[in-house]
Amino acid sequence: MRDSIPTHLNNPYILPDGSLNVERIRQDFPILQRKVHGRPLVYLDNAATSQKPVQVIDALADFYRRYNANIHRAIHCLGEEATNAYEETRAKVARFIGAPSPDCIIFVRNTTEAINLVAYTWGRSHIGPGDEIVLTEMEHHSNMVPWQRLAQEKGARLRYIGINHEQCLDLDGWPHAYLTERTKLLAIGHVSNGVGTIHPVKEMVAEARRRGIVTLIDGAQSVPHMPVNVQDLGCDFLAFSAHKMLGPTGVGVLYGRLELLVEMEPFLSGGEMISRVTLEGAQWAHVPWKFEAGTPNIADVIAFGAAIDYLSQLGMERVRAHEMELTSYALSRLRQLEEIVIYGPQDISQRGGVISFNLPSIHPHDLGTLLDRFGVAIRTGHHCNQPLMRRLGVAGTARASFYVYNTFQEVDTLIEAIDRAQARFRGDNAR
Amino acid sequence: MLDRETLRRQEEELDELYKEIVLEYYRNPRNRGSLPAPTVVKEGDNPLCGDEVRLELAVDEGVIRDARFQGQGCSISQASASMLTEAVRGLSLEEAQQLYSKFHAAITGDDTVDTAELGDLEALLGVRRFPVRVKCATLAWHLLDEALRELRHTAP
Repeated sequence: MRDSIPTHLNNPYILPDGSLNVERIRQDFPILQRKVHGRPLVYLDNAATSQKPVQVIDALADFYRRYNANIHRAIHCLGEEATNAYEETRAKVARFIGAPSPDCIIFVRNTTEAINLVAYTWGRSHIGPGDEIVLTEMEHHSNMVPWQRLAQEKGARLRYIGINHEQCLDLDGWPHAYLTERTKLLAIGHVSNGVGTIHPVKEMVAEARRRGIVTLIDGAQSVPHMPVNVQDLGCDFLAFSAHKMLGPTGVGVLYGRLELLVEMEPFLSGGEMISRVTLEGAQWAHVPWKFEAGTPNIADVIAFGAAIDYLSQLGMERVRAHEMELTSYALSRLRQLEEIVIYGPQDISQRGGVISFNLPSIHPHDLGTLLDRFGVAIRTGHHCNQPLMRRLGVAGTARASFYVYNTFQEVDTLIEAIDRAQARFRGDNAR
Repeated sequence: MLDRETLRRQEEELDELYKEIVLEYYRNPRNRGSLPAPTVVKEGDNPLCGDEVRLELAVDEGVIRDARFQGQGCSISQASASMLTEAVRGLSLEEAQQLYSKFHAAITGDDTVDTAELGDLEALLGVRRFPVRVKCATLAWHLLDEALRELRHTAP
């Protein structure tokens, strides 16, 4: 009989209808209790970084209180506990993204470092003069600048996939106009942090792999918000950051296909990444430790494990469904505002929980200040997407982005705050 | 629930930042454009927020005869640039330098400055309660400072 009861009935974070119990989730986030300028915080800057549940904060403090030690070296009890907890997180990350083995998971500082690792190691030994790297015009600077530097150093060429009127990739000439005999790498974001577009990465990766082209996906805006499985996507590399998915800052992940990681040269060198050192030289440790030189960010990696547990308990399908509902509601309300320009696709299934917009009469920076006084935290500016902003013909946008703890009432507060800001700039503020 | 006092104080702070005169300069900027033969041209930006200003001065016999600005950005950065072009017209280079020093001191929190001397510019001082916005208000003024330094350097 017990077997017939859906598992979520025992899960406090899931409502009987299968959706997220947002009120329960909010209780786990101490920061959501605070006030900003005398008003309840409405945190809508999740694409920049997410807030942290008490489980993650406790895991961090617990490490320092109970078993702080360096890993992989100490014989003593604390060292063993710390090593186990660190490696357990590696295994959790592997399961979370469907990686075939924990050995495919390398801990770095952030997405930027993960991409730089690939550029400096795989890139330097595989990209040569005249070779081509395919990117999109929507990439975050972190998936653009490392490739620009590599191309400059090696005399390689960058090709950019453009965008259409809805800020989706313009795939008219795809794949023939982009993937050539010289193409060595396809490096694309999964979800645009600037305007929220979800790109058809699975299909694009398949085209690239058919031609023997190596593929890297910047998952900074997808892994925290939807189910992502590297074996389903078929990518060679996936990069993402812990701090955007309830985890601490200072931890990033690079997933790499094992065959590639094994033959790649190390990135940084020194302690922890060697198996044997003589005065003449050194032998590298096995993957993944080969890529983790020096004492890593042990405490934050362990706390990241608690974040993955938390998200796993919610279920990534439910996280995605919740964000789709919020985004859909927010779009319907924003569209009613006079003169508003909303970027990104209309189709909710093609966009993540990010809404980028402009009000012609209010510069995003002014809107940011006015909303902040209303307790509403949004991001304003170019979002590390300067080429995309230039393409849109704007210096920046206002961006609201959602996560598991955001509510429909918060969307209402956002709209009310925008209304007030518009009234002030029109000069008809009723005071 | 929010108490009335907090609400009132917040509205007041926003009123201070977005004084009607500042918004008026933003909606209808004065001296926006370029000069036929500027003596000095300076361009600058705040890369983090995307504010851009270009300042042109026409100087004759040590006096700023005319000033124009162009640019894009938030209300504070653009209104401040426009107000600057009004304020410096007719000033000697030395007087302009003094105005710069006074304005810069006042807006970065020096409360010994007699703000009445600043005229309309006083309206920009509301940014003092919004530290992240001070650089919006000072962008054009840093360009003025650079321009004056260049003029001193090249003066006979």
